[in-house]
Amino acid sequence: MDFDLIVIGSGPGGYVTAIRASQLGLKTAIVERELLGGVCLNWGCIPTKALLKSGEVYEQLGHLADYGLKVEKASFDFDGIVKRSRKVATTLNSGVAFLMKKHKIEVIEGAAKLEKGSPAPKVVVALKAGGSRTVTAKSVILATGARARTIPAIGLEPDGERVWTYREALVPKACPKSMIVIGSGAIGIEFASFYRALGADVTVIEALPRILPVEDEEVSKAAHKAFEKRGLKFRVGASVKKLTRLKAGVSIELEAAGKSETLDAEVAIVAVGIVGNVEDMGLEALGVKIEKTHIVTDGHGATGVPGLYAIGDVAGPPWLAHKASHEGVHCVEHIAGQAPTNLTSPIPGCTYSTPQIASVGLTEAQAKEQGIEVKVGRFPFRVNGKAIASGELEGFVKTVFDGKTGALIGAHMIGGEVTEMIQGFALAMTLEATEAELQATVFPHPTMSEAMHEASLDAYGKVLHV
Amino acid sequence: MSIDVLMPALSPTMEEGTLAKWHVKKGDTVKSGDVIAEIETDKATMEVEAVDEGVIEELLVPEGTEEVKVNTPIARLSGEGEASSAPPAAKAAEAPKASQSPPQSPAATAPPGGEHLAAPVAVSSSAAGGSGAPAGRDGGGSSPQASDGSRIFASPLARRIAEQKGLDLTSVTGSGPHGRIIKADVEAAKPGQARPPVAQPGAPAAAPASAAPPRQVQSLAQMGIPDGSYDLIPLDGMRKTVARRMTESFRDVPHFPLTLDIEIDELLAARARVNKLLEPQGVKVSVNDLVIKAAAVALKQVPEANASYSPEGIAMHHHADIAIAVALEHGLITPILRAAETKGLAQIAREAKDLAERARSKKLKPEEFQGGTFSISNLGMFGIKSFASIINEPQGAILSVGAGEQRAVVKNGQLAVATVMTVTLTCDHRVVDGAIGSRWLNAFKALVSDPLTMIV
Repeated sequence: MDFDLIVIGSGPGGYVTAIRASQLGLKTAIVERELLGGVCLNWGCIPTKALLKSGEVYEQLGHLADYGLKVEKASFDFDGIVKRSRKVATTLNSGVAFLMKKHKIEVIEGAAKLEKGSPAPKVVVALKAGGSRTVTAKSVILATGARARTIPAIGLEPDGERVWTYREALVPKACPKSMIVIGSGAIGIEFASFYRALGADVTVIEALPRILPVEDEEVSKAAHKAFEKRGLKFRVGASVKKLTRLKAGVSIELEAAGKSETLDAEVAIVAVGIVGNVEDMGLEALGVKIEKTHIVTDGHGATGVPGLYAIGDVAGPPWLAHKASHEGVHCVEHIAGQAPTNLTSPIPGCTYSTPQIASVGLTEAQAKEQGIEVKVGRFPFRVNGKAIASGELEGFVKTVFDGKTGALIGAHMIGGEVTEMIQGFALAMTLEATEAELQATVFPHPTMSEAMHEASLDAYGKVLHV
Repeated sequence: MSIDVLMPALSPTMEEGTLAKWHVKKGDTVKSGDVIAEIETDKATMEVEAVDEGVIEELLVPEGTEEVKVNTPIARLSGEGEASSAPPAAKAAEAPKASQSPPQSPAATAPPGGEHLAAPVAVSSSAAGGSGAPAGRDGGGSSPQASDGSRIFASPLARRIAEQKGLDLTSVTGSGPHGRIIKADVEAAKPGQARPPVAQPGAPAAAPASAAPPRQVQSLAQMGIPDGSYDLIPLDGMRKTVARRMTESFRDVPHFPLTLDIEIDELLAARARVNKLLEPQGVKVSVNDLVIKAAAVALKQVPEANASYSPEGIAMHHHADIAIAVALEHGLITPILRAAETKGLAQIAREAKDLAERARSKKLKPEEFQGGTFSISNLGMFGIKSFASIINEPQGAILSVGAGEQRAVVKNGQLAVATVMTVTLTCDHRVVDGAIGSRWLNAFKALVSDPLTMIV
């Protein structure tokens, strides 16, 4: 037995799991076929935030007059923006390497394949440096993540030139003049927001009747309006029939409400969902149960194959880095026989567009579907002192309470820096707070977070500043 | 010095009764144990015995008076005798109002500041418990001993739900970080289920009544629950009896659970056949009736499990008097099916049904819920898979019956489906050792698995 634990994949699920394992005294190895930190650090969460910051600052330049400031001939260096994003990714990538070293976790670079073994499957790594190495452990955790879904049949397949996924969209050679984003989830909206900020003519196509379909309807509506104000165009309830590559660009046939339309653009970004990375690892031969490209697990990440666990994106939605880390910590604590961190905590979701969107728990509609008699509170930022002072008037905070017990069951925010505030509601829900605690909490003045307090008061008819 | 004789509570739920008959008159000298009156409740007529010696000074409530509230003074006794006004142990707790509202008469012998707990009458059937330590007579020492007073950690939502359901958080085990009580814990604890599954109100108390539940010293406010943030439901006699008996039993009886899974497909088939046969008689045998029958036969086969611990020795009971836990709207009671081992299924079914019905309408006679040599608590109808009841003193064991459900079982190395029921026997280790309990459970399992053997 070479190790107590082998983690396959070093994204935010895998590397955090490995650190926790090491803390628990497990001799741990981590296998990575590409870059430490996985998609999140290298091709997802972090580099997109770097791009979006550039876009946001640039957009702000257009409003400097509002603040009594003046700038002449504002422009951007596109290469510089992309370079900065890559540098940020590299910084964090080496940060993970440091953490692995610090926690004495052996990093094995290569692609892993599993073979039957006991007490856990054997891990055969096709080493990046050449050759192969077989390692064994008491437990193996799959944290192989996911990647963009593609639909080759209708042309939704990246070519690196005119059709992109998030991956190509992160390292463009130049800022396209026009762009079609297919899919209005967080990934699609963030790229649309970034490229629009830099001046691209962007149209977002969404098959469902509203953009950001997982968010609360009121938030979707407000976001739609805010984005349109910035010049984004939308086609909702529209399904893509075919994407055709042109000499210079793409042409997309879509159908909405029985009507056909053709849109042309220089570039298309495919953001139509995620598929789990379950291939080429010998999982079928081991009898791992896979449903819709995701590994089926029990409440602790166990796959049913002795000694084999799966966490994070590969184990199913929501496809979020923080969910992967949380599951990984739970799984390894369970393996180590510790009382594991509970998995019932609500998982917040954030979209880093301008304005930002953040939510946790149930939407009002979901709560009603569950037969919960809800109490809903709202508070707009336009009457919040700090928001007015900062010139961030867009958006609002919405709270959803269980009318019977007073439990906070959902919170939805759109506006400036709401992604930094949603943890307050997540903490409240994890602690099982009711309206009484939220109302009794003193929020500092002046902050935008006061809107969270007011929205909690509003649900019970006690709102102060409206 | 004179002593007030108070209207006794003959059952934990009794709030008032009819003073049916006086056996004494003014000027009579009575001594402890003399029958002084007859009292009628909706359940039964009971004799009231004097606890103290003395001369009847006055009869305060005339014969035939109805709706006499519990703890109303009904007679005054001149206490020239030794006037040991300490009530029999069992009575201290069974006269709940005494400690809540001071008796109207100032003639009580309680020292100043002392809590007046005296209920100087005794129900004949519980006089046996009278050797208990003096209660409430040590100058205020009757207040429950100080508990550790530690704060109960519960999430705000858990507190809110507990309040809405009328759940006592001290009875809930927390599964959150550091044992914090969270929503899931209080949701799982349905009010009816959170309570100890069995209590036998009014039974002779084995332990001295001075052992009042010690956890009530700290007020809720001291424990961080402000007044006004909840509705207070006063403890009725049944709740107090349940609290006291379960606390004493769980604390004082060295108990341990034994658990077995039993396949009941045969039992269900047998029940169907029996019910077909009994249809003309209008009798329907429930699974629980079969469980009672099997338990009774098993107690006959393993008599060591049909026993009670007492300081004088182990009482080996002649009959399997099986107490059946019946949930009431605000509590529970355990009517007793006497000599169940001598009875056929039809009779057991009829009697069990009758006892349960009368328990729910509070029509049981005290002797119908006092005593018993073994208890059965069945929470199968709530879908409970397995649980371990608290010993119903002085019985040696109690059987907890879970839901019969289809489960995957391995038969001859093959997976198969069978209806399985998990049962747990909680044993009083002072009388039922592990081996005895195991033998009894296996006898019970054999009977249930092959119901035909019950009639052999």
